[in-house]
Amino acid sequence: MNKNKRLKNPYYQSLIRKMALIVIIVSFTPLVMASCLILDYFHSSYHEKVYAHLGELVQKHQQNIDGFLTERLSNIRFLANSYDFEELSDESFLQNKLTVLQQDYGTVFEDLGVVNEKGLQVAYAGPFKLEKAEYSKADWFKKAMNSRYFISDVFMGLRGQPHFIVSVKSKWQGEWWILRATINFLEFNSLVENLRIGKTGFAFILNREKEFQTKLLIGSISDKKHYMDHFFEAAKVGNKGIHIVEKKDEFGNMKIYVGAFLKNNEWLLVCQQNTTDAFFDLNRVRKIGAVIFLLGGLGIISTAYLMSRRMVNRIATADKEKEMMNQQVIETGKLATIGELAAGIAHEINNPVAIMVEEAGWIEDLLEEEEFKEGENLNEFKRALKQIHTQGGRCKEITFKLLSFARKTDSRAEDVQVNDLIEEVVALSAQRARYGKVLINENLEKDLPFINISQSEMQQVFLNLINNACDAMEKKGGTIEIKTQLAGDYVEVEIADNGPGIAKANLARIFDPFFTTKPVGKGTGLGLSICYGIINKIGGKIDVRSVLDVGTTFRILLPLKKEKAQHTL
Amino acid sequence: MKNIRLLLVDDEINFVKTLVKRMEKRGLFPDQAASGEECLAILEKKPMDVVVLDVKMPGMDGIEVLPHIKEKYPKTEVLFLTGHASPQDGVDGIKAGGFDYLTKPIEFEQLITKINQAYDKIRLMEEKEKEAEFRAGMEQQMIAAERLASLGTLAGTDTPKGGF
Repeated sequence: MNKNKRLKNPYYQSLIRKMALIVIIVSFTPLVMASCLILDYFHSSYHEKVYAHLGELVQKHQQNIDGFLTERLSNIRFLANSYDFEELSDESFLQNKLTVLQQDYGTVFEDLGVVNEKGLQVAYAGPFKLEKAEYSKADWFKKAMNSRYFISDVFMGLRGQPHFIVSVKSKWQGEWWILRATINFLEFNSLVENLRIGKTGFAFILNREKEFQTKLLIGSISDKKHYMDHFFEAAKVGNKGIHIVEKKDEFGNMKIYVGAFLKNNEWLLVCQQNTTDAFFDLNRVRKIGAVIFLLGGLGIISTAYLMSRRMVNRIATADKEKEMMNQQVIETGKLATIGELAAGIAHEINNPVAIMVEEAGWIEDLLEEEEFKEGENLNEFKRALKQIHTQGGRCKEITFKLLSFARKTDSRAEDVQVNDLIEEVVALSAQRARYGKVLINENLEKDLPFINISQSEMQQVFLNLINNACDAMEKKGGTIEIKTQLAGDYVEVEIADNGPGIAKANLARIFDPFFTTKPVGKGTGLGLSICYGIINKIGGKIDVRSVLDVGTTFRILLPLKKEKAQHTL
Repeated sequence: MKNIRLLLVDDEINFVKTLVKRMEKRGLFPDQAASGEECLAILEKKPMDVVVLDVKMPGMDGIEVLPHIKEKYPKTEVLFLTGHASPQDGVDGIKAGGFDYLTKPIEFEQLITKINQAYDKIRLMEEKEKEAEFRAGMEQQMIAAERLASLGTLAGTDTPKGGF
């Protein structure tokens, strides 16, 4: 297409690129900046929120567990303080106390036992048959003997089930004894198990040896040592609050670990959650944001491209029009110059023609002399001279008409007989028409009323139309029919040719300024628009009918003078 | 041919020369000038009846020359020639006091006719002048005769009386 061809021009291509680029940069820069800023703020605040949430949760549980442990301890301590070794060594009494405890606290207390200094379980109350069990070699016993109160790590012990022990050391008759209680692991475990966050978050407890103190969800824990070190180190530094670490596990999943120390920094409560889970909302928002950003970006880019393309197309059209107009203005100027030149030549040509005619006249005079009278070719001479004379007259006539047209530019309205004007113009273009094998027929209604118009302008209109018709029929020749008649309040002038006609697409534009179908240098595209202007000015009408290959008819309606019209009617 | 004192003024010398030749053949012996200045110079020496003046000439053009001629030689008639095909120049010339105008190329016979007409006009004027002079003279004589007649009458009436 013409349009695309125009846009292929490298200048317009680079213009499109530049405009699109500017639009894209201008719209993307704030978008990207705002997005980054918002994302960053949102990211950090959401992280903070999640961390705070997790921290709070863990802290609560830490307090919970710590509370649980100290409570259990104080239960036992209360027992140990309230009763002495002897009383508690009575198994039925002990059984009684266990029942009371179990009544108060449910199945938390699994059993009770009294162990003497040597590690022998003196009395026992509980489901297992552990009377007289020997604990002197047990790890917990050694530790329990070292402090007044003790809570052991989870271990299997004699019963072969995970459990841990709360013990209180007391002195009776100079000998140390220990009251110990076994805490139901499941009960304890439920404290931690309850700590479930999202889909992947769960908690567990580790001791200093990095052994699990709680039951784990199967397969959900990995190489713990690596991470735990961090918490222990943090603890060493003295940071006793909540520690939050984000690390990759061996599967490459980012995880958040929240740790809090329990039981005098012996145990570590760890809550872990996949970051994808923890930041699920954030990630979702990010994804949505990214999709919006992408779509928006695509929209901006395509809009920028299309818009700049369209605008450049407009510019290209405007440029082309301007170029055409410039060319036509130049063309008009050129033609005007040529016209002026022609007028000048017409002036000057009369002098040499006058001399030629006079010389011919002189020869004619000489032929009158006696000596030539007998001349054989006298008649031929005379005929030739007569011809020179006649042609000289014709020259004069031509230049006279030409100049009278060139000179008449005054737009003063006069009372004019349209037929006279037409005859004048036809005479002016007769020569041209003859060369173009164009026959001009006049069919003028006689005694038309006078019309008040500018003679020179009207002449221009007729000349233009006749010239156009001649141009149209240049190749094949043809006939121009000029008809005048009275039509109501108007004098109607029809100038019809039988040329190739005007294409329908052009028909609507022929009165537009600078519209021309003639090759460059031939027409200015102003002729018909000027005609239109002239006719319009005097309140007349000009219209056109055209059929391809049949011909074109211009019809001009010239208004009669009002009072004159009444006269003639 | 009448003995017309004729001056042809045109910057196209060839044109003038041919015209002169043709006129001489018809018994007219015009003088020639190639410019407005020359025309006035010739008029200084030799008064003319008719001046045929080209409108467009380098230097003084025809329209400019005309008032000078009319001022000094009011009896001289001026006939304009114009190469310009527009009637405007000619009309201007006539308004300024020219006798008539012709456009080039001219019909020779027409030029001669116009010259004759101009000359006739001069002759007519002269005749009128002569007639007027004659009439004035006549009037003078009439008055004188009247006076004598009245004197005669006076004397005549006295005589019979005296006769008595």
